[in-house]
Amino acid sequence: MAAPETSTAAVPTLYTNNTLRNAFGGVLSFFILLLIGVMAFSIRLFSVIKYESVIHEFDPYFNYRVTQFLAKNGIYEFWNWFDDRTWYPLGRVIGGTVYPGLTLTAGTIWWLLNSLNIPLSVETVCVFTAPIFSAFASWATFLLTKEVKGTGAGLTAAALLAMVPSYISRSVAGSYDNEAVAIFALIFTFYLYIKTLNTGSLFYATLNSIAYFYMVCSWGGYTFIINLIPMHVLLCIVTGRFSSRLYIAYAPLVVLGTLLAALVPVVGFNAVMTSEHFASFLVFIILHVVAFVYYIKGILSPKMFKVAVTLVVSVGLAVCCAVIAVLIALVASSPTKGWSGRSLSLLDPTYASKYIPIIASVSEHQPPTWPSYFMDINVLAFLVPAGIIACFSPLSDSSSFVVLYIATSVYFSGVMVRLMLVFAPAACITSGIALSQSFDVFTRSIKFQLPGISSNTEVDAAETSSATAEAQNDAVKTEKSEETSKNRPSKKSKKKEKEEKPSTKAKAEKRLLALPLDSSVISLLLLILLGAFYVVHCVWAAAEAYSAPSIVLTSRSHDGLHVFDDFREAYGWLRHNTDVDDKVASWWDYGYQTTAMANRTVIVDNNTWNNTHIATVGTAMSSPEKAAWEIFHSLDVKYVLVVFGGLVGYPSDDINKFLWMVRIGGGVFPHIKEPDYLRDGQYRIDSQATPTMLNCLMYKLSYYRFVETDGKGFDRVRQTEIGKKHFKLTHFEEVFTTHHWMVRIYKLKPPKNRIRGKTKKSKSKTSSTSSRGKRSGSGKKNPWQ
Amino acid sequence: MRKFWVIFVASILILLPFLCSSFSPDTPTDRRVLVLLDDFAIKSSHSSYFNSLKSRGFDLDFKLADDPKIALQRYGQYLYDALILFCPSVERFGGSIDVAAIINFVDSGHDLVIAADVNASDLIREVATECGVDFDEDPSAMVIDHTGYSVSETEGDHTLIASDDFIKSDVILGSKKITAPVLFQGIGHSLNPVNSLVLKVLSASPSAYSANPKSRLSTPPSLTGSAISLVSVVQARNNARILISGSLSMFSNRFFRSGVQKAGSTTKHEKSGNEQFLTELSKWVFHERGHLKAVNVKHYKVGETNEPALYRINDELVYSVEVYEWSGSSWEPYVADDVQVQFYMMSPYVLKTLSNDKKGLYSTSFKVPDVYGVFQFKVEYQKLGYTSLSLAKQIPVRPYRHNEYERFIPTAYPYYGAAFSTMAGFFIFSFVHLYNK
Repeated sequence: MAAPETSTAAVPTLYTNNTLRNAFGGVLSFFILLLIGVMAFSIRLFSVIKYESVIHEFDPYFNYRVTQFLAKNGIYEFWNWFDDRTWYPLGRVIGGTVYPGLTLTAGTIWWLLNSLNIPLSVETVCVFTAPIFSAFASWATFLLTKEVKGTGAGLTAAALLAMVPSYISRSVAGSYDNEAVAIFALIFTFYLYIKTLNTGSLFYATLNSIAYFYMVCSWGGYTFIINLIPMHVLLCIVTGRFSSRLYIAYAPLVVLGTLLAALVPVVGFNAVMTSEHFASFLVFIILHVVAFVYYIKGILSPKMFKVAVTLVVSVGLAVCCAVIAVLIALVASSPTKGWSGRSLSLLDPTYASKYIPIIASVSEHQPPTWPSYFMDINVLAFLVPAGIIACFSPLSDSSSFVVLYIATSVYFSGVMVRLMLVFAPAACITSGIALSQSFDVFTRSIKFQLPGISSNTEVDAAETSSATAEAQNDAVKTEKSEETSKNRPSKKSKKKEKEEKPSTKAKAEKRLLALPLDSSVISLLLLILLGAFYVVHCVWAAAEAYSAPSIVLTSRSHDGLHVFDDFREAYGWLRHNTDVDDKVASWWDYGYQTTAMANRTVIVDNNTWNNTHIATVGTAMSSPEKAAWEIFHSLDVKYVLVVFGGLVGYPSDDINKFLWMVRIGGGVFPHIKEPDYLRDGQYRIDSQATPTMLNCLMYKLSYYRFVETDGKGFDRVRQTEIGKKHFKLTHFEEVFTTHHWMVRIYKLKPPKNRIRGKTKKSKSKTSSTSSRGKRSGSGKKNPWQ
Repeated sequence: MRKFWVIFVASILILLPFLCSSFSPDTPTDRRVLVLLDDFAIKSSHSSYFNSLKSRGFDLDFKLADDPKIALQRYGQYLYDALILFCPSVERFGGSIDVAAIINFVDSGHDLVIAADVNASDLIREVATECGVDFDEDPSAMVIDHTGYSVSETEGDHTLIASDDFIKSDVILGSKKITAPVLFQGIGHSLNPVNSLVLKVLSASPSAYSANPKSRLSTPPSLTGSAISLVSVVQARNNARILISGSLSMFSNRFFRSGVQKAGSTTKHEKSGNEQFLTELSKWVFHERGHLKAVNVKHYKVGETNEPALYRINDELVYSVEVYEWSGSSWEPYVADDVQVQFYMMSPYVLKTLSNDKKGLYSTSFKVPDVYGVFQFKVEYQKLGYTSLSLAKQIPVRPYRHNEYERFIPTAYPYYGAAFSTMAGFFIFSFVHLYNK
């Protein structure tokens, strides 16, 4: 409790010299922050300007639908919402299976605006939630980096984060997904943790738990926090940095945070039962043991302490062994060792591809390629190492946290491309530190060597505004560490403090380290060039690469811009031409969009909670027509929707996803075997394709009547002519195909009204006996006609 | 004739809006019947059969099968409710009628009577095949039975068969037992045993076989024994009914009137069973009997009357449906003890027999299973001779709301105690720790 008071008390004494200067600095950084916020918001509006104000992709449509429900029915109905329009016939308990943070946030904004008589539609609010929160996220980055390395680094990091492409890709206007608010919550939680660690204030610790609660509400990625912070605590303990501030920063977070996390329906008892959370409890215990040891050490004489240590260690070890044995036995008894599939695939990158095709099938769960690092964080990749080095000089509790954060997130981003998003803020923070420190060094060198300025007083000459803040921060820290030195009994840190104490002396030494004038000018220019390159790249990425809403596609060719609005055309058709209770089957990617845009019941959707159900649909798609018809009929399916890109060259169509359907279907129904669909291990749809492939439902529904388009059946995605060109459908009929053939909708034919006799129609005149042997239907083209 | 035709068409046109669907839910019985004949002699030689139809109120329209003006539908509306094909030898229909037209006629819910005969044309065979009946492919084959033939003055070739192997169904053949055997002379047909829609109404005796009576039997006959069906009926999935007979002459006045004595039997019947058999069968085919309808499907929670939009797990609910049977002139309550309802989600979770109040109201009550999801109330009632009832009503079942669980569980009292005692202990500890110095 004493620490924050002393630090604030210490500030005025230090500020007396240059109060006016600091006031200017404060106002300036406020405006800079404001501008950063405006930039973070506006750089994400390219999608609205270039396309329209529309929800993007797949998952956002679900979030949008949920938000609409929330806005219409209120929070209790939302909490208890049983959705009977998805996962037919199982249904889905939305309230208990969704992270409600995003929805509640947008719902609250909408409610607030409406009660202020600003009548915005729910869709508008949803579209602009992500840009608003990215402004918040950059401010949170400022706060976090400021806590670590001072205002200058904070501002730089905030500016970098405001336009880092990796984050833009998930937070453009319309990208209404959990990550949009979760990244803000993540950074803000880290900020409050560092703040608590620096101040030792219980107030911030409580705020930290609440921020953590918000993060748990928002995203499954909260497990990253609840594992990273314990890791950092453990690191601090191991490196002898244990302090009461550390205890205050961690213990309330675990207790309050876990209690609050358990309140979120989707987490519930998982907060104490799954392995993802064990690390935090283990470190919680260790922290208490260490605190207790320090306490005992303080009241006992050294000799007594040694005796006590041997006693406690021997007893403690025995108890620990027993507890650990029990824990291991408990964990080992569960098949996945208590870990969820996604977490396991993080620890063992090959896990998902080996055991859970449904996780491996999602493109954002694949490991990223090297170019994607350059695409997503650009020059930050080069600045990160410099930032890490800067964090080590000097290494404080907070900078060690940043190092740990970047180290873990680099690993995770290497496993799953989706987690680039967690890595991006860390990269921005370290790069911000690196940029700011190098600017610091270069400008100081210039100032020091310019004859006009060097005549000024030494203190003034040496410090730019950022340097001021940094020095001030250092000074505060020194002061504080002196104040709280009795709380730091560790030998190592004491030694460190001794080194830190003569800080004025160190500053004098720093000034001697000035670089030559010309090289610093050139380096400065190069750094600015680097920054400019980053800005150009980010704006390009925001404008060109990441603002496509993916439900509307465009392509530029020699004769102008082509717009492919087939998805909405198809969903519109379904909405207007089918019965309200009709069931539409498609691969799960299109489930959310179908329920949200077409308002029709779907069999499976993007919330891939039931593997068997998805495998059933996968099996139907990989089966011959009759078997598929039976599967779909048993699920009361009326329409089947397939996405086909062969005509316009849209590569992420169902034929390209088909092998995953086979794998997922075969995982549950073993009669579907992947090799049956491959010719010599190659996936092909041309004349070399296997008969199983050419007769499966997905092939038929995709290529039905395709030969009529160009006479050859040339597939522009696979760059080949299709294998089977002329065929008829017996159990399905085409009801709608969009303008560019990207979405094709088929209707299941009703069961036959009559059952034909055995005799064949045409041959009965000529050869009566031979026709006997042949089964009905085999020769006849369409028994339904 | 032409004038009459114009008037007829005009009256049809006026009536069009009322004739849109074939079985109007109010009166499922057919009214307008088109009879296609090989020649008009059949009209008089089979007049008994036709008169029995006319006397029951049917409006028969006789046409030659190759009449170029015949049509089943006009401007997309069917002109007739039923079709009788007494034209076994026709090779091509006149007008717009062909096999596909007849099949569409059936598939849109209309009834059909087909009588074939020896040397039945491919056209008639094809229609029969589409309906699931395969006539013997040998064009000159007849059903011969050397033990079950009808005794007559002249020792014939035993192609006139007296059969009394009827289907055991009061719905199809009426409640009055047919005592006299039915005379049959014509070709046999076989049914695919997996075909569940087609029923053998009159089957041949085990000693029958199908062959050309005029030539020696060189190879074993392809159709033998009771696998031969003489008269079959089909009830399509849309409840259209089809009668297929291998003999046209069994409908004739001569067979109706003649006496019959089955070989090996001493009883001689004054009159054959043909008239009763075919009249009763025509009642069934033209939906005067065995037609059910289900109305007023209701379900509600026990103690309430309004139908909810969805149920909660473990709710008690009542399901009721009214089932009526068409008696030929009015809807009478249908009384049976085997109507069942399923509470179905991919498989039936509840299967209960409905109890009825003899006035057509079937109801039951049960508890919703402890599983949430989108369920269906399903009644799949398929009984021999009756039209199939297939009702499905979708109803979601939701889990408990957050405030519908018990707030305090007795078994958890130790935990509540532990939590509160810890809180109290911590409070006291803090108090002592802070103010004890």
